[in-house]
Amino acid sequence: MSEILIKNASVCDPAQGINCETMDICIRDGKIVDSVSENAKVIDAEGKLTMAGGFDGHTHSAGKINVGRFINPNDARKNLVPGLSGQVARTEKTRAQVGYNTPNTYAIGYRYAKLGYTTICEAAIPLLAARHTHEEFKEIPILDKMGLSLFGSNWQVMEYIRDKEPEKLAAYIAWGLKASRGYGVKIVNPGGGEAWGWGKNVSGLYDPVPNFDVTPAEILMGLAEANERLQLPHSVHVHCNNLGKPGNYATTIETMKLFEKVKPSRDRQSLHVTHVQFNAYAGTSWRDFETGAPMVSDYINGANHLTFDLGQVIFGPAVTMTADGPVEYANSRMLHEKWSNQDIELEDASGVVPLFYSPKSFVNAVQWAIGLELALLVKDPWKIMFTTDSPNGGSFVNYPEAFTYLMSAKRREEVISGFSKMALDRMVLPGIDRELDFYELAVMTRSAQSKIYSRPEKGNLKAGSDADIAIYDILPGQIDPATEYQKVKKAFSGAAYTLKDGVVVVKDGEIEATPKGRIYWVNAKVPENIDSPMQKDLDLKFKKYYTVSKSNYMVEDMYLENPVEIGTEGVF
Amino acid sequence: MPVIKDAVCSLCGSLCDDITVTVEDNKITKIENACILGHSKFVGMFEHDRIETPMIRKDGELVPVSYEEAIEAAAKILVNSKRTLSYGWCSTSCEAISGAIKLAEETGSLIDSTANVCHGPSALAAQEKGSPSASLGVIKNRADVIVFWGCNPVHAHPRHMSRYSSFSKGLFTEKGRKARTMTVIDVRKTDTAKLADKYVEIEQGSDLLLVTALRSIVNGHEDVVPETIAGVPKAEIIELAETLKNGKFVCIFFGMGVTQSRSKYKNGDAMASLISDLNQHTKAVMIGMRGHYNVTGFGQVATWETGFPMAIDFAKGYPYYNPGETGANDLLVREEPDAAIIAAADAGAHFPQKAVRHLARIPVIQIDPYANPTTELADVVIPSAIVGIEAEGTAYRMDAISLHMKKLIDSKFKTDEEIVKDLTVKVRELKRGA
Repeated sequence: MSEILIKNASVCDPAQGINCETMDICIRDGKIVDSVSENAKVIDAEGKLTMAGGFDGHTHSAGKINVGRFINPNDARKNLVPGLSGQVARTEKTRAQVGYNTPNTYAIGYRYAKLGYTTICEAAIPLLAARHTHEEFKEIPILDKMGLSLFGSNWQVMEYIRDKEPEKLAAYIAWGLKASRGYGVKIVNPGGGEAWGWGKNVSGLYDPVPNFDVTPAEILMGLAEANERLQLPHSVHVHCNNLGKPGNYATTIETMKLFEKVKPSRDRQSLHVTHVQFNAYAGTSWRDFETGAPMVSDYINGANHLTFDLGQVIFGPAVTMTADGPVEYANSRMLHEKWSNQDIELEDASGVVPLFYSPKSFVNAVQWAIGLELALLVKDPWKIMFTTDSPNGGSFVNYPEAFTYLMSAKRREEVISGFSKMALDRMVLPGIDRELDFYELAVMTRSAQSKIYSRPEKGNLKAGSDADIAIYDILPGQIDPATEYQKVKKAFSGAAYTLKDGVVVVKDGEIEATPKGRIYWVNAKVPENIDSPMQKDLDLKFKKYYTVSKSNYMVEDMYLENPVEIGTEGVF
Repeated sequence: MPVIKDAVCSLCGSLCDDITVTVEDNKITKIENACILGHSKFVGMFEHDRIETPMIRKDGELVPVSYEEAIEAAAKILVNSKRTLSYGWCSTSCEAISGAIKLAEETGSLIDSTANVCHGPSALAAQEKGSPSASLGVIKNRADVIVFWGCNPVHAHPRHMSRYSSFSKGLFTEKGRKARTMTVIDVRKTDTAKLADKYVEIEQGSDLLLVTALRSIVNGHEDVVPETIAGVPKAEIIELAETLKNGKFVCIFFGMGVTQSRSKYKNGDAMASLISDLNQHTKAVMIGMRGHYNVTGFGQVATWETGFPMAIDFAKGYPYYNPGETGANDLLVREEPDAAIIAAADAGAHFPQKAVRHLARIPVIQIDPYANPTTELADVVIPSAIVGIEAEGTAYRMDAISLHMKKLIDSKFKTDEEIVKDLTVKVRELKRGA
């Protein structure tokens, strides 16, 4: 039995409504408990902000990121955030580290932990390539991991939707999650991946997918129905059509409206829209491009069925990586950049293109502003997960920097002062004076995630929850984040302590221990009489179209370290 | 008698996963679906030159020893070395590769794969221009225009054309070969070229010229192309460009004829640009025809564990990458390593003379199921089980799709994964002792 007593912590735990109150936290055998014996090891947290471990709900950290590493060896040497990037030699405790936007697997684990993060959700797992994602998961130390499986341009999905077979569709989703050991349903540019199979794209919710006689709207509704029928812990997780295009805010709002009629089967949202910054653009071309954040936030403020994450831009180099194949090709042509593409048979597309966000570019400046506008204009922080869609908007190691933008209008003004007049005309950020406090920040970085992913043991400090805890050397009330933002950044850049399952993994910003995290995956039960005809259809797909056999497609148990199987009951 | 279905063939980068294997008394007695190369690997395991026991060279002769003695001797070589080269790791599992990288990190070694003499330039090309690719099933289901450039799948990847490319049938390619245009570009009329609709014979080492001419035409600048280029008449190049532009889905498969001939990585670089340009007209991708069944896996594992796909130097404690300086042959030609560990590859047979001469002068550890020219240079020889037959593990197909290889029969040999693990433990032990 191992016990820890965190004494006199300044606790910020939104799940319990605790806003920076001084209290003790007790830990026994990796869980938070009400009390411990006097033999407990004591951590003195007096004067230190204490929160549940951070939870990155949308990050590209395993799988496709390897293409990013592969084509950008220059990234390995980048050290733009000292202590959290660049080349670091191995030590007795840690493996060698490289990288900034696309760090090696070990660096991903260590650096998230240094920021006080303890759980990540990989944003896109292609079913056929899922084994690869899990191989990388295995080499990411410390963190608990989960991933979202791609279904948005899948032949079997589109055929079941076209043929109006919702039960078989749900059975297929359950099978796909099991095959890929995924946690939820990811939909990227619905139908667009299939169109990209012919070098084309879909232009909106009602543009039919070539050869499949379904529309993106039908794909979204079909998958949402299946998601709720299976009572999955997460809602569908949607990357909207028309990402990155001026005027796309209309498609985004239209997509959100579509879900007003979807009834969630659990106590959570019925829709999560991801990296909305990239989907909140107004204007008709790059010439008259401007922010669409006010319209999108207005809609979200009046809606109660959805959550979203930001996809905040960080100035400097980034690497875009997405299952949205046509977007990446367009990026590469527009920016004259190298282009990687990987279409996945019967399932989806993907691409990787590096880019650079410059404050001198009015488009990039407006993109930067849009992310912050969304965070500040949407009133309820429980609807928001803070992300940079790492490394699409920028590397996760910049989170502390981004927190200062959210917490300090003065800091924002400093950045904005470098923008061109044209950029300023196209954004509303300069007129926003809202500044988030630590409580709201805690909501956006851990507590909302717990709710959005139905992981009650994460993102809070209730008795019974996992003892994943971040202790930062900063005391709310004694510092003013609006003016002392450099102190905020410093404190969040290297936790005084990070505990993972009650083990001190970071102390004074340095790695102390590197335990292995868990893998969460969802096993949704489907009745035999529905599963079995679906399997027959699937057998045909494997016989005629796939180039691997069905038995070799499924990710085997041996690839999952510390797996946690989340069972759900499908309603048929 | 046990019949094992859907076994993965561990021979070439096609990684066919539909092999049926019958095992009787721990012997493979029947193989179904494999090509002649795969078949010969499955049934011929003991007909080839298997290393029967661990060996250490004493007085110029390799003499049998136990695994423990061999591993101890190997560990001593590594501990006493100031500059170790670790090379190969391509005909083995990702798990063994991962162990090898860890060992290289702990011993400050330089680790490189067979890509150094194969598709290494493709990686450099991807680092210049990216890698516009697709999984092989996309080609099967969609591609109506297929080009084989500087590769000869009839002999190197015998089932490639039936499973993935020319002859395969899919959702949008129901007519298979009949509805596909197949072009072969090579310096000689190979057996693959004999099956093509169109064979374009180019002068050796002129691939870059032809790619550039094609790009000019595809981008509407055919006026700049001379009457003959790369030994090919302009009219023929225009025809080829039209074929590419008019396809619904184009795939260029390229081999070592492109990567290891004159202009090396510049060929792949230009080809990626051609693919990007073609996508202004149609859909096009390119896929490298990787040879060793898991050379792709080395690149994948090394990239996620170190940030780089090959030629990784741990001398400074962190990974340093600079091909041309940190490639296996760069190092050997500079006579830099004072010890080498060579596994699941044959440097003795495939490296240039000067590199091999240096290998002959330094202590060499070999880990391999088979005796080969490297064995003649080796001072410690550690035999291993054959992955995909006697050991399980992960491998990556040429299109970067990973598959789990099954263990089909028992073996008296340790696996590569176990050997690397034992070696790492021994090295730590010796270091601690010192």
